[in-house]
Amino acid sequence: MKAALKRLIVAAAPHLRGPVPTPVIMWNVVGSLVPLVAAATYFFGPSALLVVAASVLGAVGTEHVFGNGGTLADGSAAITGVLLGLTLPAGFPLWMAVVGSVFAIGFGKLLFGGLGYNVFNPALLGRAFLQAAFPAAITTWPIAGGSGGSWWALRGDNFAIPFTHPVTDAVTSATPLGLMKFESKTASLGDLVLGTTGGSLGETAGLLILLCGAYLALRNFLNWRVPVAVLATVATFAGILHSVDAARYASPMFQLFAGGLMLGAVFMATDPVTAPVTNAGRWIFGIGIGLLVVIIRTWGGLPEGVMYAILLMNAVTPFINQLTQPRVFGTDRARIVV
Amino acid sequence: MLSFRAPGFRHGIHPPDSKELTAHLPLRRMEFPDEVVLPLRQHAGKPAVLLVKEGDRVVRGDVIARADGFVSAPVHASASGTVRDIGLWPHPDGSMDTAVRITVDRWSPQVARPRVVPVWRGLTPTQVVTAIQDAGVVGLGGAAFPTHVKLAPPDDLKVQLIILNGAECEPYLTTDHRIMVEYPERVHFGLRVMMHALGVQRAVIGVERNKPDAIEALKRTVPPDLAIEILPLTVKYPQGAEKMLIKAVTGREVPSGKLPVSLGVVVQNVGSAASIGEVFETGLPLVERVVTVSGRGVHAPANLIVPVGTKLGALLDMCGGLTDDAAEIIFGGPMMGVPQSSLDVPVVKGTTGVVVLTDADVRQDRSYPCIHCGQCLDACPLYLNPQRLGELARAGRYEEMEPLHVMDCMLCGSCSYVCPSNIPLAQLFQASKTALRRRPPAKAAS
Repeated sequence: MKAALKRLIVAAAPHLRGPVPTPVIMWNVVGSLVPLVAAATYFFGPSALLVVAASVLGAVGTEHVFGNGGTLADGSAAITGVLLGLTLPAGFPLWMAVVGSVFAIGFGKLLFGGLGYNVFNPALLGRAFLQAAFPAAITTWPIAGGSGGSWWALRGDNFAIPFTHPVTDAVTSATPLGLMKFESKTASLGDLVLGTTGGSLGETAGLLILLCGAYLALRNFLNWRVPVAVLATVATFAGILHSVDAARYASPMFQLFAGGLMLGAVFMATDPVTAPVTNAGRWIFGIGIGLLVVIIRTWGGLPEGVMYAILLMNAVTPFINQLTQPRVFGTDRARIVV
Repeated sequence: MLSFRAPGFRHGIHPPDSKELTAHLPLRRMEFPDEVVLPLRQHAGKPAVLLVKEGDRVVRGDVIARADGFVSAPVHASASGTVRDIGLWPHPDGSMDTAVRITVDRWSPQVARPRVVPVWRGLTPTQVVTAIQDAGVVGLGGAAFPTHVKLAPPDDLKVQLIILNGAECEPYLTTDHRIMVEYPERVHFGLRVMMHALGVQRAVIGVERNKPDAIEALKRTVPPDLAIEILPLTVKYPQGAEKMLIKAVTGREVPSGKLPVSLGVVVQNVGSAASIGEVFETGLPLVERVVTVSGRGVHAPANLIVPVGTKLGALLDMCGGLTDDAAEIIFGGPMMGVPQSSLDVPVVKGTTGVVVLTDADVRQDRSYPCIHCGQCLDACPLYLNPQRLGELARAGRYEEMEPLHVMDCMLCGSCSYVCPSNIPLAQLFQASKTALRRRPPAKAAS
């Protein structure tokens, strides 16, 4: 017996561990984004793939160079890259996509201390930066489905030389939200649900986004409370407005499926790092985003407000956490410890 | 309020219970080893006071160390033999502590001295409590709190209900399970003595629903003159934690920082009840206990009746030895048990089982940063916020953890288990609690 003794592990309890490590969660999210990239490629041609690839390259490269060693394997940089790519239009110059994703990882995440410490969703921060830096390029929307030219044709100016003004010769279209805002035209709901409209790469196929989100929620890789709260709030708020004046305010279904709401609600607002950690807090967070989205879309100067809505709620997340501490077993009520 | 399919509690986790390795195996009595090692500290409270010296002859059941005050318990010789020496010896809690080593007589029949068996019916509560203390009975569920202390509550508190804990929620362990299946009458008899001592009319035995044979055996043998209810419970870890069990049975929460007796409830382990039953049947003190030896790292898992003081190596030999991929040997269950670094540690009164995990079972991974997924909040049975507490613990901000009720944490390990980033939360909280306890009491200015 004693001869058979070998080195024994002596570690702190518990000695068993749950089945799902963080990198598995992260790579599953990446995997669930693949159908969205495929759909974008189907609608917008190879340009879509190029933009996403450029964005991933920038994100992963930045993480590799400035990250804290071995952090590439956790998959979080890849998620940021894909998500940022999906928020950009198909004809977006690739060098701008790289700049955006370098900013997203470098300033949005690594500057705060890397994974787990960032305040704002890095992908959205990257997009906000691009919107401020390149307002024209980021609002040049090629139409989906490839009218004019073959599927293989590039949509716009993907290979523009850095710091030259891109020459836009693509067949472009306004986004449904833009049309709604500035021309009071609504798109058909079928186009919105399936994704055959103008818009950023990943935001058009609402139904597909919901399916991918449902997969993640079922495997408990994503907290369902946030997207449910966001979508329910938008539907309710928009529904109230629509019933007050149907001519002036868009229908709830239009609000739900137009623009980046689906992508934002399912994949960005649910970023656990930048969302509240308590379940009560997640409801508040989601409702806040929903309200802000409708307010910005309806009365703001921009046609779309999902990005700013999520970033604003990211900023108040620490306060939501403090206000929603759970009631401890055997005590009367939640005690707010500031 | 949520409704439950079976009585239970909110939150908690579902680790694979792995009880199929031993649940069906009948109890076997282990042969006496060549040597037993009996630490003087085998219970919560003050260690026992040594009564023997080197070279003394002892007979199975003799007192070798007496209780030191009320919150303490005596230690008895678990086998007849000669005291070989008295000194420091590896203790299952990881420390070195004073222990009595007894060389066991090779050919002894191991018969205890003739003794008077106490007749419970004629005894006052105080006499019952004294008899249980003299028999060295402690909580056999793992904590080893002296059983008689809970049977003598303060005068101003009236106990209305005894709950026997047969949940056995730790994976692998089937100690209590086999006791309930094979000795249900003895469990009921021990419970009867405790009800007599406390003057209680009602008792509930809580058993997780994954032990239908135990539930059936207990139900079949309930004495007709006693109000004992057998309550099947949700299968969830940590159902066997005292607060969770009381919540499942009574629907009430033990107030933070208070003892269960403040709700008029006393919880005892079914193994302790069987042990008390044995004391009042045979007069023999606590010199042996049931130990589950299980895990995929041991060749022949078994449920054994083991003399207290048997060394781990002898126990493993009895079970066919370790497999090649054995990686970690744990006293107790894999969720809260203590890993062992030596095969010389003895089985003590609080040793519920020995679990040998393989390389594939153990946590061998790096930690990742917290991603605020909140799974620990959904797992904590006490509704603490392990995420925030973990942040504070890592920063050494222990003072700020106290208002967040870190002292309520019972180190069940549910948060560590679910954490995808493999952050050792329970370990951090254990360190934090120790730091807070060691803190000098209320400084004047700080």
